Amino acid sequence: MANVTFRTDLCKGCGLCVSACPRGIIKLAKDKINKKGHNPAEITDREKCIGCACCATMCPDCVITVEK
Amino acid sequence: MTVFEKPKSLTDAEFHYCPGCTHGIIHRLVAEAIDALGIEGRAIGVAPVGCAVMAYNYFACDMVEAAHGRAPAVATGIKRSLPENIVFTYQGDGDLASIGMAETVHAATRNENITVIFVNNAIYGMTGGQMAPTSLPGQVTQTSPYGRDVSVAGYPVKVAELLSSLDGPEFIARVAVNNVKNVRNAKKIIEKAFQNQIEGKGFSLVEVVSSCPTNWGMTPDNALKWVEEKMIPYYPLGVFKDRSAGKEEDKA
Amino acid sequence: MGNKVLMKGNEAIAESAIRAGCRHYFGYPITPQTEVAAYMAKRMPKIGGTFLQAESEIAAINMVYGVAATGRRVMTSSSSPGISLKQEGISYIAGSDLPCLIVNVQRGGPGLGGIQPSQSDYFQATKGGGHGDYRLIVLAPSSVQEMADMTALAFDLADKYLMPVMLLADGTIGQMMEPVELPEAREPQFTEKDWAVTGTKMRRAHHIVNSLYLVPEELEKKNFERFERYARIEREEARFESFMMEDAEYCVVAFGIAARVSKNAVTAARREGLKVGMIRPVTLWPFPSAALAEAAKTVKGFLSVELSMGQMIEDVKLAVSCSRPVSLCRRAGGMIPSPDEVLTKIREMAGGYER
Repeated sequence: MANVTFRTDLCKGCGLCVSACPRGIIKLAKDKINKKGHNPAEITDREKCIGCACCATMCPDCVITVEK
Repeated sequence: MTVFEKPKSLTDAEFHYCPGCTHGIIHRLVAEAIDALGIEGRAIGVAPVGCAVMAYNYFACDMVEAAHGRAPAVATGIKRSLPENIVFTYQGDGDLASIGMAETVHAATRNENITVIFVNNAIYGMTGGQMAPTSLPGQVTQTSPYGRDVSVAGYPVKVAELLSSLDGPEFIARVAVNNVKNVRNAKKIIEKAFQNQIEGKGFSLVEVVSSCPTNWGMTPDNALKWVEEKMIPYYPLGVFKDRSAGKEEDKA
Repeated sequence: MGNKVLMKGNEAIAESAIRAGCRHYFGYPITPQTEVAAYMAKRMPKIGGTFLQAESEIAAINMVYGVAATGRRVMTSSSSPGISLKQEGISYIAGSDLPCLIVNVQRGGPGLGGIQPSQSDYFQATKGGGHGDYRLIVLAPSSVQEMADMTALAFDLADKYLMPVMLLADGTIGQMMEPVELPEAREPQFTEKDWAVTGTKMRRAHHIVNSLYLVPEELEKKNFERFERYARIEREEARFESFMMEDAEYCVVAFGIAARVSKNAVTAARREGLKVGMIRPVTLWPFPSAALAEAAKTVKGFLSVELSMGQMIEDVKLAVSCSRPVSLCRRAGGMIPSPDEVLTKIREMAGGYER
């Protein structure tokens, strides 16, 4: 199973990972605010992640690490 | 097994760029190329004036900050002094295609053995969104509030096409970072631009069509759509010149 | 040693630079300094050095910046209009605390001006030229021998104080031929410097060569540190030549070609019984203010002789705190005062201020 981790404090909530995810399992956490004052991206359903790294590829802030 | 992580040749400093700004992606691609080729220890980067002015804080290799537009001249000095090192510039459209056009063209025509990463986002970001030499016809900016009027402001400069008309340069390509596929292709092309230098082939420039959500007044997502719908039709992607491969022009 | 060769001033600069271990030259053609570039174009390829004719003076000075950032000796040369173009780069080099040599073989101005000798870039050289708070060490040769000697000195001072040094010559000294004893050749030094960009080799933190400080407190601190260095230079590096000053009642102040003309005038005045001497600033920054202040204790007046409308005269007045009258002998636009013109001014000064 793939494992995706977000360095949440670096996230600027731009949402490019959300659009990039082919499984539609990333969203901006509307109920959370990180140190920078953004709603950070988070994964909603880890089981569905295929580790394609599309999210990390489009992330401008090196927030995401992908392991397989 | 880790399949994707922050490249080693980026420092721990957090990017100061706006949310959704593709400078961060392009920084990462440059660092990935440096990592892949194992050249961090001999790499020397030259930062521009513009949004990427503080790039010297982000790349872990030695860095020099140049005056506006002068990065190719500074890189020329560094490379002539240290030919075994790998020297690259990272420049925006105002820097490279307006105030630094002479330095760009002449470094290219000398086939200076350096790598140039040229970020074309069709606007002056750092100063708050003025018209760039690459702003599209009709594009509204702070200094073209009624849209770029080509009868007054002239036409955008197509840097890749312009430079590939010269005999000098080794490699001229244009890529984009608006979607996963294009980012992955950009990674390959940027790596090639560094590989060329390692092999002593000469001047290699990669124009990266990118976005500026803040100054375009769009969401990051919509900005990438604008790249797809407006920028890429005007600035077609492809390898424009690859002399060693015998390729003078091949628009993909 | 003791071997003299006949050389043009401009060529003496080039050969001396090579002997000082400089292996990188970037320039752009402009009269009357082009011989420097031509000499470098011939010699550099033979000794593994770099000669590059840049696309502009702006590019040339930025190439200099690049080499200087790597910690190697590097120079450029130009003449007045070209030096104006270089000011941006000079400011960045000064703001990044890098050493280099900039040669200005001055011609008449302003604007395109002319191609005959001048000293009208004195303000530009000594008061900044580019933007921001910075100084250049400015050396003023008055012979072909000094063109050679001061080129070598310039590199040493630049390395010692980590700042750009300017050799401020003029078209006359650049073009004239004189016998010159060239300095001994030194090999280029490749010692590692703790600020130079040479690649980390993965053994140290990255070096950043930079003049950008967005936090005003940091930028102010940088400026104060730099000015502490400048203060030390003012104390230790002011150079001048004193000529017939022992019993002088009047003092001519002149540098470069104007000093050579003035020397003849002073000698002629002495024959007339006028007790005149001369102080020749060898460094224009730091200006030999202490020497002039000392002279002001005994002389009755000063005469500043310049190939400009009167620029150095301001520093002479400051140096003597306006305690003595300072008069001016000037020619401009490429004209050089004759010894007779200077002598006439000396007579006026001596007569005018006689009690």
